Amino acid sequence: MLPLSGERVNAKGIISEKLDSVDTLRGSSTLKRGFAHMQKNGVVMDVTNVEQALIAQEAGAVSVMVLDKLPSEVRKAGGVARTASIKIIEEIMDSVTIPVMAKCRIGHVNEALVLQETDVDMIDESEVLTPADELRHIWKWDLTTPVVNGARSLAEALRRIEEGASMIRTKGEPGTGNVAEAITHIKKVNDGLRTIKSIYDSGDNQELVRMAREFKVSYDIVEQTAKLGRLPVVNFAAGGIATPADAAYLMSLGCDGIFVGSGIFSADDAQERANAIVLATTFWNESDKVKEAQKMIDERQSIPGLDVKTLDLRMQDRGGSA
Amino acid sequence: MSLNLGVLSIQGDILENVLAVKAAIDELGIDGTVTSVRTPDEISNVDGLIIPGGESTTIGRLSVANGTLKILKEKIDQGMPVLGICAGMIMLSKNAQDKVVGKIDQPLLDILDIKLERNSFGRQRESFESDISLNSIGIPSFNGVFIRAPSISDVGSDVEVLSKFNEKIVAVKKNNVIGVAFHPELTRDISLHKYFVNLTNTLKN
Repeated sequence: MLPLSGERVNAKGIISEKLDSVDTLRGSSTLKRGFAHMQKNGVVMDVTNVEQALIAQEAGAVSVMVLDKLPSEVRKAGGVARTASIKIIEEIMDSVTIPVMAKCRIGHVNEALVLQETDVDMIDESEVLTPADELRHIWKWDLTTPVVNGARSLAEALRRIEEGASMIRTKGEPGTGNVAEAITHIKKVNDGLRTIKSIYDSGDNQELVRMAREFKVSYDIVEQTAKLGRLPVVNFAAGGIATPADAAYLMSLGCDGIFVGSGIFSADDAQERANAIVLATTFWNESDKVKEAQKMIDERQSIPGLDVKTLDLRMQDRGGSA
Repeated sequence: MSLNLGVLSIQGDILENVLAVKAAIDELGIDGTVTSVRTPDEISNVDGLIIPGGESTTIGRLSVANGTLKILKEKIDQGMPVLGICAGMIMLSKNAQDKVVGKIDQPLLDILDIKLERNSFGRQRESFESDISLNSIGIPSFNGVFIRAPSISDVGSDVEVLSKFNEKIVAVKKNNVIGVAFHPELTRDISLHKYFVNLTNTLKN
């Protein structure tokens, strides 16, 4: 059973049509959020070409995410980062059987429409790319293709869900190989959920209204989420995950799955590391298996990490106040 | 004896199926429990198993790594009832083709003699909901939630067709083995889960 809190039943992205004279519905919340439910307990891997996508599939990734450059390279390159080449996305779609996702810029409606037309399985409205509109994210209810958004707190997550996000991930700090921010973000989301749940359980509606104002979202979505005690959509960890132990720790904090950006294909042991991170995500609660997974990687080949305090560019702040 | 149902806990929407089975057990008033199972030991203790929706390549590869595939096949061959949902139905098949990529090499349980096509209705944008019926098992109307769903174009002589969407076969049964292309666990309708719990209960007693 799928929680459908905050759903808009009259959204433009929902299409009623006949398929060989049978009534069908596409783009409903059940289908868009349901897609994310099929990704649960899995690893989505960032890739930039067919070769990497095949390695990811072989390792047991549940999806690949296509970018022009890995987040760590985006960080070094500077300039404006945009959505990937459509030709490369299509090549990858023709090569793997697992779902293919791609990133568009925050607020860039037409990049999202291009990706929808390309038929990617999910769109990531991502802070890794240069935002096109800092004030307004994409109104995702207009899309038939599901969209995932990053969040650093419960308030940010609920704002994105209210705009139609079908899945949430932590922002972390992309391209750093430093998992600290992702850990902070999931803990903040969890703290927020505990807080509103206890307010809901105490019956203090006035305080829930005050929380909704603070979060800049509607009362309804706060109340429904508080009642549920968790986000009404699937919630993954992302941003800085580099090792099997990183993945296992985030799963233990209640994440539904893992996005790995630069962590795999910026490392020198990509194939082994991809296998190892999938194993650690699946078997996160069996410490002997996580140890075996961790043993498969060589720390000397990990992505060199960056200290978040010294960064010139904090991708996580992009679109965060909106 | 209490009925012991399991949901294969490798990847996919495990919890959603656990909740649906729990609701089915309660509504039927059967003495039973449902747990998520993964290790060969856990699997050997269940009376019936659901293989949930997810990514079949991921579930397949990790079942091999874990030694799960072998015990699963043994138990199902010995008559344990199993319900394979979407990726789970792909796992149950003898061979699978992909609509775009064609021939694929992924670990399967090699049980159902069906001609199966992965991603048969297209990619996520083509995922759809539609009313279907499973009349032969007493479910005249069901909201079929098809997400990047597979379909079956042909079945072996021992496989019963339970439901079709247009000309494509979307649910099959062979004795103790059921495969469906859609996701009952994403709807509020637990009639298919109830059917499965009942089947397991009947076969056990």
